[in-house]
Amino acid sequence: MQEAIIRAERVEKYYAQPSENRIQVISPTDLSIGEGEIVALLGPSGSGKSTLLRMLTGLSAPSAGEVYWHGKPIATADVNVSIVFQSFALFPWLSVLENVEAPLKARGMEPAERRRRGMKMLDTVGLDGFQAAFPKELSGGMRQRVGFARALVVEPEVLFMDEPFSALDVLTAENLRSELLELWQNKTIPTKAIFIVTHNIEEAVLLADRIIVLGRNPGHVRTDFRVTLVHPRDRKATAFTQLVDYIYKVLTQPDAQPPALPQTPEGKPVRDQRQMHYQMLPHARPGGIAGLLELLLDHNGKDSIYKLADDLAFEIDDLLPIVDAAQLLGFLTVNEGDAAITPEGAEYANSEILKQKELFRTAAVQNVLLLRQIVRAIEAKSDRTVPEDFFHDVLDEQFSEDETLRQLETAINWGRYAELFDYDAARRRFIAPERVLPDSTPSTTEIDA
Amino acid sequence: MTRLPDGPSLWRPQLLARSQVVKRSWPFFLDLTVAAVCLAAFYGVLYIANFWLGRAQPEFVVSLAPSSLPLYAFYSVVRIGLAYLLSLVFAVTYGYVAAYNPRIESLMIAALDILQSIPVLSFLPGVMLAMVALIPTRQLGLEMGAILLIFTGQVWNMAFSFYSSLKSLPRELGEASKIYGFSGWQRFWQLELPFGAIGLVWNSIISVAGGWFFLMACEMFVLGDRDFRLPGLGSYLQTAADRNDVSAMIYGICTVILIIVATDQLVWRPVIAWSDKFKIEQSAGAERIDSPILHMIQNSNALTAVRRHTLVPLNEGIYAWLAKRRQAERSDEADGTKRHSAGWLEIPLLIAVAAVVLYAAASALLRLQQVPGSVYLTVLKGTIATFLRVNLALLLAAAWTIPAGVAIGFNPRLARIVQPIVQVAASFPAPILFPIILLGLIKIGGGLGIGSIVLMLLGTQWYILFNVIAGAMAIPSDLKDVSELFHFTQWQKWKTLILPGIFPYLITGLVTASGGAWNASIIAEYFHLKGQTMQTLGLGEQISAASDKGEFPLLLLATIVMALMVVTVNRLVWRPLYRLAETRYRLNA
Repeated sequence: MQEAIIRAERVEKYYAQPSENRIQVISPTDLSIGEGEIVALLGPSGSGKSTLLRMLTGLSAPSAGEVYWHGKPIATADVNVSIVFQSFALFPWLSVLENVEAPLKARGMEPAERRRRGMKMLDTVGLDGFQAAFPKELSGGMRQRVGFARALVVEPEVLFMDEPFSALDVLTAENLRSELLELWQNKTIPTKAIFIVTHNIEEAVLLADRIIVLGRNPGHVRTDFRVTLVHPRDRKATAFTQLVDYIYKVLTQPDAQPPALPQTPEGKPVRDQRQMHYQMLPHARPGGIAGLLELLLDHNGKDSIYKLADDLAFEIDDLLPIVDAAQLLGFLTVNEGDAAITPEGAEYANSEILKQKELFRTAAVQNVLLLRQIVRAIEAKSDRTVPEDFFHDVLDEQFSEDETLRQLETAINWGRYAELFDYDAARRRFIAPERVLPDSTPSTTEIDA
Repeated sequence: MTRLPDGPSLWRPQLLARSQVVKRSWPFFLDLTVAAVCLAAFYGVLYIANFWLGRAQPEFVVSLAPSSLPLYAFYSVVRIGLAYLLSLVFAVTYGYVAAYNPRIESLMIAALDILQSIPVLSFLPGVMLAMVALIPTRQLGLEMGAILLIFTGQVWNMAFSFYSSLKSLPRELGEASKIYGFSGWQRFWQLELPFGAIGLVWNSIISVAGGWFFLMACEMFVLGDRDFRLPGLGSYLQTAADRNDVSAMIYGICTVILIIVATDQLVWRPVIAWSDKFKIEQSAGAERIDSPILHMIQNSNALTAVRRHTLVPLNEGIYAWLAKRRQAERSDEADGTKRHSAGWLEIPLLIAVAAVVLYAAASALLRLQQVPGSVYLTVLKGTIATFLRVNLALLLAAAWTIPAGVAIGFNPRLARIVQPIVQVAASFPAPILFPIILLGLIKIGGGLGIGSIVLMLLGTQWYILFNVIAGAMAIPSDLKDVSELFHFTQWQKWKTLILPGIFPYLITGLVTASGGAWNASIIAEYFHLKGQTMQTLGLGEQISAASDKGEFPLLLLATIVMALMVVTVNRLVWRPLYRLAETRYRLNA
């Protein structure tokens, strides 16, 4: 096999904390991108897909390990890569042509040549006639075409894409995907490799020659395999669906073997989040959990997650947090990519709203440490309130700042739903809930009716 | 496959219709206008240079003849304009340095917060004396003093605006400019400045309006036994009031209004129309402001040609040079011959700066020792008096502007008529009207005690009114419909809909008004009229009196106290309210 264009050796990312432990985002990972392949990086949210992409492009330096560009450390190499962004990242005050010309301008190319190349690239992506328009005048699909034109105009050796189609509607995304594939297969563009980050499993199977699946907490490679299906790939073909199903299984299965724990420079092992104090709360809403369980009941209590996602037209980033949350609360179990409802889950799905809240409350206090602690703290205080900062500081030890805020948001959301506590946003305090006693005011509903 | 025309050679002949003739003679007219403006500007520069480099005329005799007004207006406008340009450059630099140097960022932002609260007029004596001492024989010294003073009143909010724009740059845009190898230069012009443009424009408008206020104060003032006078609108109006010349006052006021309206139409309108393209919003549409001036600038053949032959090649040259330099750096880095940074210089420099700062701060504090103990008590009393006055002025302003503003805001047709008027009124420097009002008050038996409150009110109420109108207009009509549907009582409607709806806007207006009122107290509590000095107990009075008599220790003390008051009130009152407004009372959350 020939020399890789980009090779990452034991790269990892972590955030140092004031205390001795640190927050590991990506554990040491080896990865390489070779000539002539489309690599898709799949993973649930929080698996560090985007972070890994940024390290491979040289945008962000790894905390440890090294990325090589044709064998030279990437920080000193003359890297020729481009990124297509999820949000397009176009400059709104520049016209379409000026946007495409901007990278060439940075290289000091003279105006006439710049313009010629810019126009040619706009032509290639089907935007001729739009050169004078401003991005805000274009539809999402058109904007991403500009994003592609800008990325391709520098003739990058490796084209990186960070969820390039996820901000587009299904049809537009499909259209752009096939056009990209066409450019690649006809060798219209001199790009030697494409690296795409996605959370859409079908997209990965449609495009990629090689798929890398990441697991999370911290991010690590779970599997890395070649896809040998011939193009154009048929979504309905058995080989295709089997592959998709396989990836679902990989994603939902607990790790058989946890990834090796890295060592801190002092030789102390880094704390693994799974052995840590708090579970990571999946960011799902109680309404979503109830909806999933009801759907599962309709499917006789057991179905493959792939099928469920397909029925709901959900992508994995939408569905997996809900599955994880239901699993955490003991409402369902996952095995071999199949979700099965538990008796508690079935009872929850069949109950009316007040009963549901009660069941959720019991399950939450039993299974979620953070919620249990908040409730106990409120009960212990004479004024029945606890500042949010207290839990913020505790969680901060274990999660990154952004994740801490998301954890608290989810905890507040669940706690409010289950009427475990209320939250005063202005004072940023948890307070004891005011439970309405259903029996004491029986007449009000009748009067209103 | 379409090919792009490579320039005028591919111009396609068209049928010569009547409309074409008009179309083509129009740019010619535009060119003529541009040429005239350029000539006038050239003459103006020569004239100003001649005047400034001429002999100093510190005790200029102000002529009240209406024929001298255009020249005075010209001088005043040049002062404000230069101060503004200086502010713009400084603000962008300050914001840039603060945003990209994490080591000094928090220090710079804290400094900004405090500098914003220091009463600018306290600097008047110091700045003027320093500048006059620096260039004693030329008019330039006096002019620079005035410009610097106006500058210190304008710059801070602009700096803060640019800094916060830089801090909120969308991450992916930053990454795009990094991955495509933008130089710092390209990043600044294609990313950072455009992104900050809208904030800078709005803050510029506020700053220039504030500039008028300070202009009035610094064109004519007494410092100890020296009487400083600069020819300008401010000195014209003050002299007119001193001599009780009503017709001269009316001429002066009309000139000021004319200039403010002209600035609004000829400068801000085109700038706002132009800055529209920097909106980050992702969809087209919404209302656009159009401006004939902008159209002229963008469509003048002459200007386009000048641009094509000067700016464009220059710009291309810079980009080519930067790209070459980057290439060279890359290969240097690859060779491992990295340049050493000037780190060894940094530490002694830092120590030197710290030493100077410490020395200056210590000697300032030592001067405070010269202030006798009894004066501290007077300053305390003055502080309380001014505090009460400021809050009374705010309360009075809020009492009439809230109902009026809501009434205007709920009536879109009225709002369209009133809003530009309020805008002009907000820019109108209140000190101009002060002599007239004071004379009237004295006639009916009032004094400066009431007069100072009126002046504060005059200077600050417009900010509140302006914001309340904007807030009332922003209340969604669905919510208004709901309150109609359920027959809310008037009281309930105000409590649940209107007051919470305008709250964020009201707070913004009150913050600006509060700072302005403290600053206004310096003029309002101590006033020269017809050769007499009128004063009333207050912190502003103490500052003015101290600078009048040249008592610098007292001036320093009173200034420190005022800055402390403003900062404290900001921290304890406005900031929490602001946070509340941003979290709880935001309508588009």
